Amino acid sequence: MKHDLKMPPDMIQLLSFIKKEFYHILRDKRTILILLVMPVIQIILFGFAITTEIKNNKIVILDPSRDIATSRIVRQLVESEYFELAGYLKSDKDIEKVFINHEAELVIVFADKFSENLMHTGKADIQIIADASDPNTAVSLFNYASGVISYYQQELMNENNVPYQITSGIRLLYNPGMKGAYNFVPGVMGMILMLICAMMTSIAIVREKETGTMEVLLVSPMRPILIIISKAVPYFILSSVNLTTTLMLSVFVLGVPVAGSLFWLVLFSVVFIFVSLSLGLLVSTITETQVAAMLISGMTLMMPVLMLSGMMFPIENMPKFLQWLSHIIPARWYIAGVRKLMIKGLGVTSVLKEFAILGGMAVILITVSLKKFKKRLE
Amino acid sequence: MNVIKAENLTKRFGNFTAVDAISFEVKKGEIFGFLGANGAGKTTAMRMLCGLSSPTSGRGEVAGFDIEKQSEKIKSSIGYMSQKFSLYGDLKVYENIRLFAGIYGMPEKKIKVRTDELLEKLGFQKERNTLVKSLPLGWKQKLSFSVAVFHDPQIVFLDEPTGGVDPSARRQFWEMIYEASSRGITVFVTTHYMDEAEYCHRVSIMVDGKIEVLDSPSNLKKIYSAASMDEVFHRMARKAVRNET
Amino acid sequence: MIKYLIEKEFKQIFRNRFLPRLILGFPCITLLLMPWAANFEVKNINISIVDNDHSSCSRRLADKIVSSGYFKLIDIAENYAAALENIELDSSDVILEIPDNFESDLTVTDKGASLMISSNAVNGTKGALSASYLAGIIRDFSAELRRENPSPQSAFIPVINIIPQYRFNPNLDYKIFMVPALMVMLLTMLCGFLPALNIVGEKEAGTMEQINVTPVKKHIFILAKLIPYWVIGFFILTLGFGIAFFVYSLMPAGSFLTIYVFSSIYVLIVSGFGLVISNYSKTMQQGMFVMYFFILILILISGMFTPVNSMPWWAKIITVLNPLKYFIEVMRSVYLMGSGFTDLFIQFIALCVFAVIFNVWAVLSYSKKS
Repeated sequence: MKHDLKMPPDMIQLLSFIKKEFYHILRDKRTILILLVMPVIQIILFGFAITTEIKNNKIVILDPSRDIATSRIVRQLVESEYFELAGYLKSDKDIEKVFINHEAELVIVFADKFSENLMHTGKADIQIIADASDPNTAVSLFNYASGVISYYQQELMNENNVPYQITSGIRLLYNPGMKGAYNFVPGVMGMILMLICAMMTSIAIVREKETGTMEVLLVSPMRPILIIISKAVPYFILSSVNLTTTLMLSVFVLGVPVAGSLFWLVLFSVVFIFVSLSLGLLVSTITETQVAAMLISGMTLMMPVLMLSGMMFPIENMPKFLQWLSHIIPARWYIAGVRKLMIKGLGVTSVLKEFAILGGMAVILITVSLKKFKKRLE
Repeated sequence: MNVIKAENLTKRFGNFTAVDAISFEVKKGEIFGFLGANGAGKTTAMRMLCGLSSPTSGRGEVAGFDIEKQSEKIKSSIGYMSQKFSLYGDLKVYENIRLFAGIYGMPEKKIKVRTDELLEKLGFQKERNTLVKSLPLGWKQKLSFSVAVFHDPQIVFLDEPTGGVDPSARRQFWEMIYEASSRGITVFVTTHYMDEAEYCHRVSIMVDGKIEVLDSPSNLKKIYSAASMDEVFHRMARKAVRNET
Repeated sequence: MIKYLIEKEFKQIFRNRFLPRLILGFPCITLLLMPWAANFEVKNINISIVDNDHSSCSRRLADKIVSSGYFKLIDIAENYAAALENIELDSSDVILEIPDNFESDLTVTDKGASLMISSNAVNGTKGALSASYLAGIIRDFSAELRRENPSPQSAFIPVINIIPQYRFNPNLDYKIFMVPALMVMLLTMLCGFLPALNIVGEKEAGTMEQINVTPVKKHIFILAKLIPYWVIGFFILTLGFGIAFFVYSLMPAGSFLTIYVFSSIYVLIVSGFGLVISNYSKTMQQGMFVMYFFILILILISGMFTPVNSMPWWAKIITVLNPLKYFIEVMRSVYLMGSGFTDLFIQFIALCVFAVIFNVWAVLSYSKKS
């Protein structure tokens, strides 16, 4: 039985254009390879290498008395996974050198006659000196070290049966292993999808402008919207492939599970891909050369996505004007949504706001770029 | 004296033999027409002679230098004008002249004087400061040619120099070629306009990577008892099995 | 001969409608906005307290937590489930559960009380820090109670006084940390992406062939491509110093000269690398994607934002091959620690080796024949 499928002529045209675009992309093997492999390598790197967890940091001790108490504290510090003993110092003049030569991240200075003072006067001082050229690491290291010391103090109190003791149990929700990947996976997904989609689409359109073939297309009977759709469809499919690989990798390689509904996560991502594609479209309408399109979509978008999307730095800590600015960065909403859907395993109702904002962005971007595109025609 | 010599020059791309063991010689001062249909292998052969591409086998000599081993030496003695316009569109007319003259090592003062002479001869004085990309095609080609011979090379290679312009512009262009030839520059030119072939001292016709005939236009017409080079060419081209690309 | 080529490169850059704006605008905007973004300081932590005790003691603890300045009380929740909902909606970061016999455990039966802290650890660092701050406040709280109600046992309480000292950046100013890092990022991006698109751009335009048929020497051609980016690098760096000083009052503790010398080597590395990629690329798109791929990886595993120490061994090996890692070390050491050449000898050698490798590679991979 043969159905005579009657497609409207527009559809046939569109399909043939999409085919043409596909051939064009597939011919450039190296670019395809990069597009498909890049997310894989980035996810693996991010998942395993890029972590804000603090581990294996070298400490150096300055301990004039070397008594029971200090050696017990040092042992407890070294036994924790955070620290590694790099050696003892003889005098406090050497402290500066330790940091300048990058021999250790932390110097622990015990006061003279530490144990004696602690047992007799009940008071003893420890100075924790950190290299604060990276303040984040410095604060974390200080906190870990002082945590270990407080624990020792607690032990002493238990031994002495001190009243009014409160023990606090600590439970780390969603990410008990404190894996960096939980924080980064949504960020990487956002960044990869955003930059690849935007970059690819903008280049594809501007290249035609630059080589003059765009004019040929524009004088053809094809409607401009169809030209744009035919450009976007192959990249949409490629991005979906990227989405699939990133999700698979994070689940099976990084062990970051999809705690919520996969369906909504995928749908949410698709909306984000739309936003990214339309951003690329906008870039292509405001640029004349490939160089400009690439640098805008690759470089000037990379910076805000890296800095302001909440992937690296917590948005709630930013000053008000940057928080406000971060609202216009689509990746910010995507990352927030993925954290809820994927990591926390919440339902779709929790991301309605993000859904609406991304959807709105897609509509606005597409309308603006279509208008600009038409203006060029007139 | 021969300034270009090719012996069994061959270029293969995978299984495809673009240039198939061609042998020929070009004498000093000659205008040598290198004819053939599109895809016959003209450009590939010319690129090998200019040192832009290495031959798969065979050898060649240009200006007394081996094309494989001494290609950089050849480059000081030749000028080249490619099929695709390839001056810098974002540089001005005089800046393009200055750049290439400078690369060939011409002294600054000489460049200045000769640039003025050239612009006057071409009637380009007003366009001195025009960006090259905004010139009309015919002007671009004249400028490309002038840049190619600006440093007085021994030989100039022209790849389809007159593609896409009208007959009167083509005639003007050939006047420039004759003028260069009169200065003693050997001209090696590919074309598929057969009326232009008549202007050459000798022509070769390439079919499917091989040189089928090589002689002066008048001899060729006699041998094939044809009225024009066009007719000669069509008889040859009929033998072609390769698709035109 | 090189004079003409360099002249040409500069003219092409400045005549471009987009590039000069990018070279000036991108560093300015980045350096004015982005240093404010990095702030891991954990404060204004939103807390939900589940108070099952409803005692004066539990209320007092809640007050103490709020008055510490680190925490903002979101609500006193009915039960744990209600508090967890706040965490799910991101309106709260930590839950403190106070059990129903908290006060009596603490004061009457004297057997000691226990509390439960549940912290949102999607961002592991923040989660752990919030929890440890809260635990610290609770420790203070119990010490306070002991002071108020002296007993024979509490006559002797060992107190270890922990004094933090933050070297090189005593006020924990994140801008000092960010500005040098951003300057490195800008140099890497601008002096890396632009050359990566350059030669392949000439290939696409066809002008490359016209150059290849001239007797121009390969190293001259590459050098002429490098020098403009070198100058641009100096410009960006100087612009960065200016903004750092006038906007953030930052002056390097070490000397400008040290930074300039190291930067001039570093720019040669990234630009050389860009040219290598450009040589191997067939289209600008290819060049851009390959460069983008490498730059992102180089930036992220340089220790710029996350410490190299926390990386697994294989990633540490990669960082040894990452020129950015050495350069960021140099920038931070000179800016914050005032290091000089002798302190940075290893970095100097490493950067020189990279510079030589990439630029020799750039010359070798530029083929005048196809």
